[in-house]
Amino acid sequence: MMQVNPGPIAAAGIATASSRAADAPMTGTPPPMLSPTTYGLAPAQGREVFLASDARRVSAVSRWRKRLSWPLGIYTTPVAILITWQVLAEAGLLSPTAAPAPTVIARTGWQLWQQGVLGPDLEISLVHRAALGLLLGLGAGIVTGVIGGLLRSGENLFNGIVQILNTIPILAILPVMIVWFGIDELPKVLIIAFGAFVPMYLNLFAAIRSVDQRLVEMARTTGAGRWRLVTRVMFPGALPGFLVGLRFSLAFSILGLVAAETLNANSGIGFLITNGQTYMQPDQVWLGLVIYAILGLLADQFVRLLQRVLLRWRPGYEAA
Amino acid sequence: MSAATVASARQRAGAVIDHVVRRFGPRVVLDHLSLTIAEEELVVLLGPSGCGKTTLLRLLTGLDRPDGGTVEVPVRRAIVFQGDRLLPWQRALPNVALGLSGPDARQRASAALAEVGLAGRERAWPKELSGGEAQRVALARALVSEPELVLLDEPFAALDAITRLRMHNLVRALRRQHHAAMLLVTHDVDEAITLADRIVVMSQGRIAASHPVPLSAAEREAGAAREDLRAALLADLGLANQL
Ligand SMILES: Nc1ncnc2c1ncn2[C@@H]1O[C@H](COP(=O)(O)OP(=O)(O)OP(=O)(O)O)[C@@H](O)[C@H]1O
Ligand SMILES: [Mg+2]
Repeated sequence: MMQVNPGPIAAAGIATASSRAADAPMTGTPPPMLSPTTYGLAPAQGREVFLASDARRVSAVSRWRKRLSWPLGIYTTPVAILITWQVLAEAGLLSPTAAPAPTVIARTGWQLWQQGVLGPDLEISLVHRAALGLLLGLGAGIVTGVIGGLLRSGENLFNGIVQILNTIPILAILPVMIVWFGIDELPKVLIIAFGAFVPMYLNLFAAIRSVDQRLVEMARTTGAGRWRLVTRVMFPGALPGFLVGLRFSLAFSILGLVAAETLNANSGIGFLITNGQTYMQPDQVWLGLVIYAILGLLADQFVRLLQRVLLRWRPGYEAA
Repeated sequence: MSAATVASARQRAGAVIDHVVRRFGPRVVLDHLSLTIAEEELVVLLGPSGCGKTTLLRLLTGLDRPDGGTVEVPVRRAIVFQGDRLLPWQRALPNVALGLSGPDARQRASAALAEVGLAGRERAWPKELSGGEAQRVALARALVSEPELVLLDEPFAALDAITRLRMHNLVRALRRQHHAAMLLVTHDVDEAITLADRIVVMSQGRIAASHPVPLSAAEREAGAAREDLRAALLADLGLANQL
């Protein structure tokens, strides 16, 4: 859950034998094991040596290695793939209809933007559909999740139905939505809301129920009232689970957006894709896919940021 | 004794436990246990692991109800649990102030922290506190409400010997400040002798023995009286021939 960025730690840990040998004389009085004249610079078998981070010998090689390994954190791999893709496309190894070069896709995006096509489509997809659906789904998920988590009667009321909903794939309810609500905006918003609602309810419910009962007991003995118990103990205790739910909700609502827009749309990003498909414009299809991908990435980064800010108190958290 | 004098005696008592029964399934953990703690008395409860000490304390806090008998305690009471039980998502000060309300809540919590020697650590997260510091925050949280009865469940069990000595001094100092009755659970016979006005030993779900400790501070540290008491306690605990 916490962002794992092995960059600096891994790089700092790797100090080659040669670099140690070169730097050893400069570091005060090294223990005999590490003296430059000794061949075996590694500590004796079965022993480990830990050094203060600034006492670690930093050679030019390890400095460069540090800079070169994972320079972009988790984005290193995607960027590497993009670059490879671009090179292969320019070398003519990829057919432009199957996989147009990233720069071509970007240019298409820019052109569509300038023509005033992309902007309104983005607005419809993001604001009128995704944001509205998310607001509905998260709102419903949070309200029912809190009621279900705090009250036994709330659990009885909501749990069964959400468990049933949870087993229905989001794509499977799309036809029902169309039968019920036609092909307007409403079914699209509802699909997105559905995608956000189910994981938020389930995670929030589980999170509230699994708040450490010993802390709840403790709070009771201090004479804290019900309101304080909920706001100071239950909600903060459920926060990690809530954020997991939020992450799933965002991911599923994007899935719902894609599903709803692909099956029927006369505007929005999905329309951009079907349109590109109809008129044989692969750049436009790819542009739509890239926008969806960026949405997913942004959602994920948003939750990571929230985690970093809100979960500072956790023992696992490392101050940046 | 008339009903009125019984009532007034109870009014003054720190706690009255009368023929209390507590069962877990078929297992009777507390079997008609009776114990009265006087006002401002520090009673130390000794007993082997699993004999029901925590069970008794939970009845006194009101977290659990007895299956028989009566428990009578002041409304203003507090407990320090086995383990600090601090809210990890709150800094030290709001942890202490959890049960407080009113405009002076922060001030009082701050004063309580200072009392346990943690002035200036108000903004520390629980994960940044050492074991002894965290336990002292828990102690401050219990004392800040000015309770008439303080229950302590092996509060120093996880601490090293030096920190434990400091905590003993702290408890003595706090007793002078706060006029509360205390019931302290421990495994440690020496700790019991150091702190107690009275030591009670639990066995078979009852109070098997009760030893008043009318000793001065010096006599508690060394001397014949101390050794006699220690031997008696070890005998009560069934450890007599091992030491
Ligand atoms: N909620 C429970 N359900 C079933 N049995 C329990 C429960 N709580 C306690 N017991 C049992 O009651 C007995 C007394 O437990 P208790 O926690 O009071 O022991 P203790 O004297 O505090 O021991 P220790 O010194 O190890 O803390 C134990 O045998 C325990 O297994
Ligand atoms: Mg116990």
